[in-house]
Amino acid sequence: MTPSTPRPADPAPVLAIEDLRIRFVTRDGAVRAVNGLSLSVGRGETLGIVGESGSGKSQTFLAAMGLLARNARVEGSIRFEGREMIGAGPRALNAVRGKRMTMIFQDPMTSLTPHMRIGRQLTEVLEHHEGLSREAARARAVEMLELARIPDARARLASYPHEFSGGMRQRVMIALALLTNPALVIADEPTTALDVTVQAQILALLARMTASGETSVILISHDLGVIAGLCDRVVVMYAGEVMEEGPAEALFANPQHPYTRGLLRSVPRLDRAGGDLVPIAGQPPDLEALPPGCPFAPRCPHVFDRCHTEHPALRPAAAVPSWRKACHLDGFETPPQREGA
Amino acid sequence: MAAFVLRRLLIALPTLFVIVTLAFFMMRIAPGGPFDGERALPPEIEANLKAAYNLDAPLPEQYLRYLGGLLRGDFGPSFKTKDFTVAELILTGLPVSMKVGAGALVLALFFGVLLGTIGALRQNSAIDHSVMSLAIIGITIPTFVTAPVLSLVFGVYLGWLPAGGWHEGSLGALILPWIVLSLPLIAIISRLTRTGMIEALRSNFVRTARAKGLPEPVVVIRHALPAAITPLVSYLGPAAAGLLTGSLIVEKIFALPGIGRYFVDGALARDYTLVLGVVVVFATAIVVLNLIADILYGLLDPRVRYS
Repeated sequence: MTPSTPRPADPAPVLAIEDLRIRFVTRDGAVRAVNGLSLSVGRGETLGIVGESGSGKSQTFLAAMGLLARNARVEGSIRFEGREMIGAGPRALNAVRGKRMTMIFQDPMTSLTPHMRIGRQLTEVLEHHEGLSREAARARAVEMLELARIPDARARLASYPHEFSGGMRQRVMIALALLTNPALVIADEPTTALDVTVQAQILALLARMTASGETSVILISHDLGVIAGLCDRVVVMYAGEVMEEGPAEALFANPQHPYTRGLLRSVPRLDRAGGDLVPIAGQPPDLEALPPGCPFAPRCPHVFDRCHTEHPALRPAAAVPSWRKACHLDGFETPPQREGA
Repeated sequence: MAAFVLRRLLIALPTLFVIVTLAFFMMRIAPGGPFDGERALPPEIEANLKAAYNLDAPLPEQYLRYLGGLLRGDFGPSFKTKDFTVAELILTGLPVSMKVGAGALVLALFFGVLLGTIGALRQNSAIDHSVMSLAIIGITIPTFVTAPVLSLVFGVYLGWLPAGGWHEGSLGALILPWIVLSLPLIAIISRLTRTGMIEALRSNFVRTARAKGLPEPVVVIRHALPAAITPLVSYLGPAAAGLLTGSLIVEKIFALPGIGRYFVDGALARDYTLVLGVVVVFATAIVVLNLIADILYGLLDPRVRYS
């Protein structure tokens, strides 16, 4: 999970998404949440997913877990450890989720069952997936809670979720997600609902507990700082499509897509004096009526005619082969500047 | 917990006092008296009777005497059922009423929760719509209609079950009263359960349970159901009260020897002590059932546990 060691492209990715399309059918029409998305995660890799609200980041991975709302229509392919997840029946899904692929949700305050003791919420997973006895499951649960730095773990098995703070509950969620030593953990905005003071602790814990390299991590966030600090590779999403993807450190140092540049310029930096924040002008696109060309064209400062008519495909963005972008523009030589910086 | 129960019971005492007082004076405002018949009694006999039952004293004195008796656990003699005290009558009727009421409550909870859950899991399907339409019918048709109709159909025409009577508490004699009493409750409970279940199934913790790869029945029963039926517990107090008042009609129609029948007969005959005795028992029952509901609430939702 160290960003400084780039990994070679894995021939057999843990998760491979190809041309994923998700529509939500509503009374007023179809909302196109994900539009032809492709990405993959290598074994042991930490992949960051960045994007604004409504960019389809959560829906993509809820689709992988078979957790989409009932009115969702999914096309394309999501292969996890070689098995197709789209259209999989409940039995096939349940053989994978909670065991090989787990998820940490955004809101730890509501994501644990309020009327069940923490211990039971952990042990039921082990009893169900690994057939452990109640005693063995309890021992394992204590072990995981201790790894997640929950003080007095054995006694806390008897506690209910409301007896924990938000940060502690997210520690429990992390312990829960890693109980079965899964191949992939999807962390969907794991720190967004937490106090700023505990966000860093939670992220450090997640990094430490997945450091062995057996578990791949997908970290979904709109917080670029979080992604930059923890991820090997990053995918920037907009309107349910990949705008740019590449090695995290290099990509954030000199982003090649106007949307990524806009995102970076809109982040407050405390380490540099001066420089106003530059918001991205305009609104996120209307997912019920997407433009025929580039979805970012209406907000793009570099827009030209071709952007409105021709949908840009992902193409190499730099010398690094894994760095790609969906943009008709050629390249940017220098990092994005702030006004007055 | 013990302190909580004790406090709740102490708070209930003023409530009971007010109910007894109101009932006492309302009975006396009603025209007629326990010894009025079609043929007027000779005045001296009536005076003797009234003196025997202390009815010739001023009303406030009678009231205080009655309260004093209650405090000693003495409900007084029955005016109409001679040679029996009210306490004796209640003790013979109460087990019958409890058997009828408890059975109806169990039936109502079982089918109400079951139908509500099925409705929620098959939301907006044909099953859901038909269950909920039946529920509306169940709510709108009053007990005094369903009781004679069911008695007529199953008791008289089909002859499957006794049309009425206690028959030493045999199961057959209980089935129709249970059904009649539970129908309106099933209707309400199934609707409450359906609403609660739909909300629970949308909650984040059910999504977590699904993400764990647990089979759907485990997700529904272990994770969603307790949250779904928590609001139901608040309804159990009023539901129990509904069973008690419903039992007045049902016991009368099915000729069951419960205390509901004593209440109706007592009120018609101006058997003051009998009516008051039943009122005290009903009021106490409602207070206790509400208390049980609150304790249950704490068991289902650990966040509201009482200290």
